[in-house]
Amino acid sequence: MRSLRIAVFVLGQAGVVLAALALEPPSDPLKSPAWGTIYGRYFKDQKVVFDDRIKVIAPANAENPLDVPVQVSAEGLDGVEEIVVVADLNPIQKIISYEPLHASPDLAFRFKVEQSTPIRAAARTRDGVWHIGGVWLSAAGGGCTTPSYGSGDPVWQTRLNEVSGRLWPNAETKTQRLRLRLIHPMDTGLANGIPAFYIDRILLSDAKGEALARVHSYEPISENPVFSFDLKGSGPVRVTGGDIQGNKFSAEIKP
Amino acid sequence: MKRRRLPTALLAVLALPAFAAQAYDYQLKPQAVADGVQVFVGKTENFSRENGGNIANTGFIIGRDGVIVIDTGPSKAYGEQQRTAIARLSKLPISQIYLTHAHPDHVLGSQAYAGVPIAALPGTTQGLTRDGDSLLSNLYRLVGDAMRDTELRLPTMEAKSGEVTVAGRRLRLIPGLGHTDADLMVFDETTKTLFTGDLVFFQRTLTTPNADIPRWLKTLDAIDAIDFKIMVPGHGPVLRDHAGIAQTRDYLQWLRDSLQGAARRGLDMPEVLQLTIPERFQRLAVLSTEYERSVSHLYPAYELETLPTVPKSRP
Repeated sequence: MRSLRIAVFVLGQAGVVLAALALEPPSDPLKSPAWGTIYGRYFKDQKVVFDDRIKVIAPANAENPLDVPVQVSAEGLDGVEEIVVVADLNPIQKIISYEPLHASPDLAFRFKVEQSTPIRAAARTRDGVWHIGGVWLSAAGGGCTTPSYGSGDPVWQTRLNEVSGRLWPNAETKTQRLRLRLIHPMDTGLANGIPAFYIDRILLSDAKGEALARVHSYEPISENPVFSFDLKGSGPVRVTGGDIQGNKFSAEIKP
Repeated sequence: MKRRRLPTALLAVLALPAFAAQAYDYQLKPQAVADGVQVFVGKTENFSRENGGNIANTGFIIGRDGVIVIDTGPSKAYGEQQRTAIARLSKLPISQIYLTHAHPDHVLGSQAYAGVPIAALPGTTQGLTRDGDSLLSNLYRLVGDAMRDTELRLPTMEAKSGEVTVAGRRLRLIPGLGHTDADLMVFDETTKTLFTGDLVFFQRTLTTPNADIPRWLKTLDAIDAIDFKIMVPGHGPVLRDHAGIAQTRDYLQWLRDSLQGAARRGLDMPEVLQLTIPERFQRLAVLSTEYERSVSHLYPAYELETLPTVPKSRP
């Protein structure tokens, strides 16, 4: 009886150890205090590797915490199905998720930062592995809890979801760069008395209606957001999408 | 051993308040640049705890019956030490303060001059009224303890364009704009010394948080036409020629062309941050940090020019 108990106990301990091994996130090269939380929230029970091929380019300092430029590239990696960008120490960590269906695995955007934080890009390849890279951004902050300019200025209401953009063909890589700007307050819901109100989806498709790339955007994306995408092929691109209150937009960007 | 530790710890605790009460020492030494004209040359650095925010040039002119101060520096302690340094050279009272523009490294020492009239352009007063609190809190964050007890003092009178006699000294007040929307220059007619504020930077990369490049370039042309012999730029060494104007213009034109060109090629901001800066600017102090800041300030407007609005179609 006693030996059985011991055996059960030992087995139980081994089980705990095994479980711990399986759940243990890889050690974070950025030494973020929130890496454990980020791992648990977005990558739990999935295979995660830190990978130098995932490039995150951002200024060392956030000169404007409401509008921090970031470029993410997983160019050296094959079969990227999704890229997720998070800021560990933002009150809302997830900034954007990008599916480069028929596009290069890179994008650029701007976001609101609350304080100094790591910015990480995680690229999921076809085999289900998340490849993660990132940098630290130094910031004075306040970006997420500051009201948008739009929320204090009714002009945006007449221009809500207005689309501006242009295509730049790149003959060498047989891609075209799409730069896109939308008019939207992108309120986080964290500023007093102003509810969350943001664009949460953008679909880019070609003239035949075939999807080129899909964007899921979240609260931290900057007001009047500007994006850059590198889409495969050439020709006009249709931009469709909407915000969390059901407002929709659709526009065609011609070469 | 144990017994001896306690008094040491106590001593340390007792010593703390005395140590903490010690104000940051800016070691301000005025540099004589002309008869009765003195300049405190700031460091060509960025704000830091080490330099206490002393990165801009300030100065004073000793008139017949009073002293005229041009800019008061980044903190209360700076203003006080500036006043002490002035008093060592002149027993005359301080008659007038001129603030060149609404940036914190130039205006936050005014607390040391209670009762002295502070003149500035209306746009400077508006700028300080609007942004003063955030400029102040940002400097507390960047500079720390040297800022202790610093509060914003708004200008008390308007600086009007033209000739004026202050403390028996003939001055010309010359409004400009471009670095901010109100940049005051003070010209001492006696010695032909021109205090340009931040309309001219020399050997230190210029800053652009409120800049308008076309207007700034126009103002530089106007400065070229002023009959100055000595120029005190906002940042960097004092000049006796037009080299500061030429350098400021060169960098501004390059910045404009480079950012505009990048926007037209479809680059995003992180790509612009990585562009190569020409060799001739490499010797400018704090080049990479200021370039990075300028991209953040200026690129969104250039990029918008390249993104035409698309007519809406049915979703």
